[in-house]
Amino acid sequence: MPNPIAFSLVLIGTLLVGGGGVQQEPSNLRGRVRVDGSSTVFPITEAVAEEFARVAPRVRVTVGVSGTGGGFKRFCTGLTDVSDASRPISATEVKSCAENGIEFVELPVAYDGLCVVVNPANDWVSQLTVEQIRRIYGSKETVRTWRELDPAWPDRPIRVYSPGTDSGTFDYFREVVVGSKGTTRSDMSVSEDDNILVTGVAGDRDAIGFFGFAYFVENRDKVRAVAIDGGKGPVTPSDETIIAGTYVPFSRPLLIYVNRRSAERPDVRAFIDFYLEQAAELVPDVDYTVLPAPVMDRVRANWRDRRTGTQFLTPAGEKVKGTLVEVYR
Amino acid sequence: MTGRPRTTAARVLQNRLFLAACLACTSLAVLALAVLLISVLVQGVPGLRWNFFSEYASRKPDRAGILAPLSGSVWVCTTCMLLSLPLGVATAVYLEEFARRTRLNRFIELNVRNLAGVPSIVYGIIGLTAFSRMFGLVGSADGTPLVLGDPESFLHLELPFGQSVLAGGLTLMLVILPIVIIASQEALRAVPRGLRQASEALGATRWQTTWQVTLPAAAPTILTGAILAMSRAIGEAAPLLVLGIPLFIASTPESLMDQFTVLPFQIYSWASRPQGAFHDLAASGIIVLLAVLLSFNALAIYLRIRLQRSTAS
Repeated sequence: MPNPIAFSLVLIGTLLVGGGGVQQEPSNLRGRVRVDGSSTVFPITEAVAEEFARVAPRVRVTVGVSGTGGGFKRFCTGLTDVSDASRPISATEVKSCAENGIEFVELPVAYDGLCVVVNPANDWVSQLTVEQIRRIYGSKETVRTWRELDPAWPDRPIRVYSPGTDSGTFDYFREVVVGSKGTTRSDMSVSEDDNILVTGVAGDRDAIGFFGFAYFVENRDKVRAVAIDGGKGPVTPSDETIIAGTYVPFSRPLLIYVNRRSAERPDVRAFIDFYLEQAAELVPDVDYTVLPAPVMDRVRANWRDRRTGTQFLTPAGEKVKGTLVEVYR
Repeated sequence: MTGRPRTTAARVLQNRLFLAACLACTSLAVLALAVLLISVLVQGVPGLRWNFFSEYASRKPDRAGILAPLSGSVWVCTTCMLLSLPLGVATAVYLEEFARRTRLNRFIELNVRNLAGVPSIVYGIIGLTAFSRMFGLVGSADGTPLVLGDPESFLHLELPFGQSVLAGGLTLMLVILPIVIIASQEALRAVPRGLRQASEALGATRWQTTWQVTLPAAAPTILTGAILAMSRAIGEAAPLLVLGIPLFIASTPESLMDQFTVLPFQIYSWASRPQGAFHDLAASGIIVLLAVLLSFNALAIYLRIRLQRSTAS
């Protein structure tokens, strides 16, 4: 029979040392880790949960797909331990978490590029500026034909395709193109299923659409990605340009948010340790781009220190300008 | 008379034309179904390997299986059936055999009929408020549930029900209860009046008549209706999505308080993944779902024939 006082001292020691010190073997852990949120991040978390089940078979990890916004709603009422997000948390969501006394650790885990795509038979567009994209998707100065955008282009109608307006993908695109207060045109063909967008653009010479890089990778033969001019010349989306940070402004971070109080639990802690350890290997498996090593180091350090709050907003709630590499320096 | 053809030949021609029109309509429906079935079978049959049934979801399409959603669907539908059958039949018996034709009872009946046509997502919202969250009345504010009994044992309760099998079963019960009630009412109504009168003439009470004469005579039809309702429940995803059930889960339910996922949800998720290999898995999942549905229908037909034979003899 071990001395209870000595035992609790060891326990306290373990808790204090945290990630670096003596840890319970994951195979002995029991518990329930609840994850919900973005369907874009889902494949990554699913892959991690799948592998984690091999090392810690008695920890039940469940992953939902309520969408980034829906996930934060549940996260900020304490219903989940971890929230998947395909855009940084918003000021409103930070406030709602704070009202419920929920602190969180923000951890970027991968990159995704938003690809603007056209039909392969479209032989006039090879590159677009962000301003031109704004005139296609925004509700102001909206163009109806390709010629209105550029006199050299044919006088054919533009048919616009977009992911569902509840998705983080749409939120991120809208934010970049028309800003947080702007609105998009109302006559778009919208689908929650990005494969429908692929089919739509693949079957229509006058179509334009956008979705995550993974959907473009799988459908290179059906749609063509347009080079984006974000102010420093046109850049085509690829693993290299996304990781180098030159594919701007449509490279976006995929993140997970961990409830600070849940992070005290050994099961959640082991799961997140495992997540950050395996991310580099599992992210490419599901067609996303791994973060550059310096950013990943910074993310691991943030997790080790349990640094709470978001780095994408200033304390006053203003958006921090710049790419992920600049924000996570 | 206007419009009636005078000669035999004209009438035969009209007959033939009508027959052809009917055949065309039928074959159109059958053709659509055949195209759908064949494309799903071609895409999905190669994926029906043994480990498709024994593995959990995976990022590798060739390792991914439907163990979690298949067992989840079976658990939640069984729970739903065990809850809705007694409740539905009891309601139907009350309305048909015991209730007087008062204004209140007519109002209840009208409502049951209206509820059968309500979109299932509406029941999802009721389920979320009433079962999943219990109006926020029980459990602590940070989401920790109130646990009654030993959490390790099969018989324990967590309040509120959250995303458990019980919450899912109760929500699906709301969806199919009106269908079960109406089917049972129709079944009871179809029992010949003479049977009841004969029983009552022999001095049986209304309870004895219902229990020993009317219900056994109506049982085959009630069961058929119930099983058809269950096949609707197994195809439902919308009301369960509202509850916020997870998509990935690497365990099968062991008690009514465990979390679960269902087949339609997994199929939809695979179909919307970027990689083509997952679309094939979705087709395999559809085949499994269809097989489950068809076996329910087969069971309904089998039970009806058997029970009819036993009541006839």
